[in-house]
Amino acid sequence: MIRFGLGGRPDQAPPADPRAWLLGQLDGPDPALATPEFAALPSGAAALAALREDRMRRKRLAREGGSLKEHFKPRGREMFRADAAAQLGWALRTEAPFRERLVWFWANHFTVSMRQGGTAALIGPFLREAIRPHVTGRFTDMVLAVERHPAMLLYLGNAGSVGPDSRVGARRHRGLNENLGRECMELHTVSLRAGYSQQDVIAMAKLLTGWSVDPRAEPTGFRFHPFAHEPGPQTLMGRSFPPGEAGGIAALRFLSTYHTTWTALATKLVRHFVADQPPAAAVAHVAGVLAGTQGDLRAAAAALVDLPEAWTPGTKIKTPVEYFLSVGRALGETEAKVPAALGMLRRLGQPLWAAPLPDGWSDLGGDWSGPDAVLARIDFAYTMAGRSHDRAPAAIATAALGARLRPQTLAAVSTAGSPREALALLFASPEFLRR
Amino acid sequence: MNLSRRATLLGLATVATLGRTRLALAAAPTQARFVVVLLRGALDGMEAVIPHGDPDLARLRPGLIPPASARHDLGGFYALHPALARFHALYAAGELLPVHAIAGPYRTRSHFEAQDLLQTGVGQIGMNSGWLNRLIGELPADGDPGGIGLAAGIGTPLILRGAEPVGAYAPVGFAQPDRGLYAAIGKLNAGDPVFGPAIARGLGARRFDAATFAAGPAPDMDEAGMRAPAGPARPAGGYGFPELAARVGTLLAAADGPRIAAFQLEGWDTHVNQMQLLPFPLAGLDRGVAALKVALGAAWAKTCVLVITEFGRTARINGTRGTDHGTGTVAFLAGGAVQGGRVLATWPGLKERQLFQNRDLAPTADLRALAKGVLAAQFGLGGAALGRIFPDSAAVAPMGGLLRA
Repeated sequence: MIRFGLGGRPDQAPPADPRAWLLGQLDGPDPALATPEFAALPSGAAALAALREDRMRRKRLAREGGSLKEHFKPRGREMFRADAAAQLGWALRTEAPFRERLVWFWANHFTVSMRQGGTAALIGPFLREAIRPHVTGRFTDMVLAVERHPAMLLYLGNAGSVGPDSRVGARRHRGLNENLGRECMELHTVSLRAGYSQQDVIAMAKLLTGWSVDPRAEPTGFRFHPFAHEPGPQTLMGRSFPPGEAGGIAALRFLSTYHTTWTALATKLVRHFVADQPPAAAVAHVAGVLAGTQGDLRAAAAALVDLPEAWTPGTKIKTPVEYFLSVGRALGETEAKVPAALGMLRRLGQPLWAAPLPDGWSDLGGDWSGPDAVLARIDFAYTMAGRSHDRAPAAIATAALGARLRPQTLAAVSTAGSPREALALLFASPEFLRR
Repeated sequence: MNLSRRATLLGLATVATLGRTRLALAAAPTQARFVVVLLRGALDGMEAVIPHGDPDLARLRPGLIPPASARHDLGGFYALHPALARFHALYAAGELLPVHAIAGPYRTRSHFEAQDLLQTGVGQIGMNSGWLNRLIGELPADGDPGGIGLAAGIGTPLILRGAEPVGAYAPVGFAQPDRGLYAAIGKLNAGDPVFGPAIARGLGARRFDAATFAAGPAPDMDEAGMRAPAGPARPAGGYGFPELAARVGTLLAAADGPRIAAFQLEGWDTHVNQMQLLPFPLAGLDRGVAALKVALGAAWAKTCVLVITEFGRTARINGTRGTDHGTGTVAFLAGGAVQGGRVLATWPGLKERQLFQNRDLAPTADLRALAKGVLAAQFGLGGAALGRIFPDSAAVAPMGGLLRA
């Protein structure tokens, strides 16, 4: 509930058989995608169209000299906020919190940040179209969905990357952008463990030329532009791949099933769910499951549950987003108020979908437990504890932490001067700060 | 000379600790201030300090060279980017020293490896303390439980992590419990190896708030990306740095305040539309360093600010009007203590055979030589201490003449 989930809620009974409860969450399609609320959110293509319309309206207003502040409400920002509210709200309410943790884990593995590429409105569609459908599926399918999604293509600058010898490249003297080629190898798949060269990065970038975006291409907005694609075969890590869209797909299939990919993924999964210093045996076990199943992510998630090391409580420090969600869940909240929630996450040090760099947010406790960050959490706890509620603090503590609740924390909560102080003490207790 | 200087430092520190008076502290040689600004994401050195005198520049990067009328010339061969107007004023005052064609000892083009190596100060992955933290270990203890180091902004960067305690300052906008509740929370966490010490140290640092910012609440840092309308998002990196720099400068200026601070700025990874996007973080850097000068007041004369990035970017423009990961780049020293008003560089040239791997500006200087030179001059550290701060760097001699005598 805490190690693999997002913390207890007063309206959700603790599972009788935790292991069966966790494994049961891995069955069937993503439950959020089946809700009417998610179904009403825009596709990647619709978000691209809205962004284009925003740009045109802004230009027109600038030309006519109108005040942007008064007349211009960007649709892209509204879309970002609607998706943020939907996905945070779902994480607060969900009865399948392990599955939701996997969604956020893979979203961080394939980071798209609004800090670059004008992607804010596209990150929601990215999570719904490229991440959620594949969290219990095949890793290769997730890689293909991710690297072809407009959010990633714009974030890492591939949408405008042109083969130097392609027709567009020759005519307009434009060329390559290596960014996606490099990061899809280093961060998304084989990692630096694979020992590839700068030439391999260039080859991968060339294989991905022409992978671009188009608002008319429903549903996700991906479009392959053959005239921008680098002609000729490319040699990537000793293998030759043909030109064309199929060549890039084949290269991604190769990278996503390369042996160092299994180690890289297993290390990150075990670090996230078990310990900052991932035990080698646990990593080897999960990597073995990934290799044996050729990237079955459901099997990898189940393997994590089976690790005895994963059941030692309190070894991990919650990230700010996990902490924010667990406080909201303990208070029984059912929706995230946006933009207020976004401001809180920012002040906690982890603004939503805005990681500084493509390697995403850190999964190491040391990066989240500096004095400033811890005091920000305490002040957040105190702020949230002031929200009105009608449940007794001790009951909230028991529902949130179950057997993890220490006697001295329960005593402090029970004898505090006010409900607000009681809840602040609960949320700032070490067993609540950890998972 | 260096050994006796170190002994003097230690002696004064003892006085300071025993006496516990401001006078003793003020008399200690740690009046020197040292600020490191980490530009995470790889600054394009040839866009920040443009080698317009090199005949090959225009051939390699058409479309990445600001017009001569807008840039700030530095004596005929180099010029500062148009967004660096305040840097130019510092240069004119002899307080800015750009060091060009410089790189760390590593040759990886991975941001993440290189940023770690930049901060640990070594050539190989594996070290887990930062060189700024090790510097603090070489300085006399000052009796302040918060330490003399300060991390500016949320999150302690690796460069400041290690055995020595460091403080932290970041403006926050949450309600704050009263003293009693903080104490009770501290007690609940007392047995926790991470949260116990962090809370104690954080509360120690809060006195900065009370003493320095009693006048009003801290304005919020910006909400990353959200101010940008549709279209290409403006990088959030530079925003907020000037405000944070002004506040941290005030802390550094105080007679009993911290002496060493580190900032980390983002927004430098300009693969796309570099000419349109880079001015924002550059302007933030420009205003932030100027804000530090104002806030430091008289202490600026004893201050050295070191601006560094993990590596440079490709010499050629890429296919999306940006640049990809490279090697050699520029670093800056700024401050009243700096012997500036000149560009320090052994310019490698930009012909194909002169480029590193026919791709990047070739490095002709080592960032560790620059850092060692600054630390030697600013804190009087000798070769042994510098060797502990930068292990395995015996072959890298400290640069001389960086600071005013």
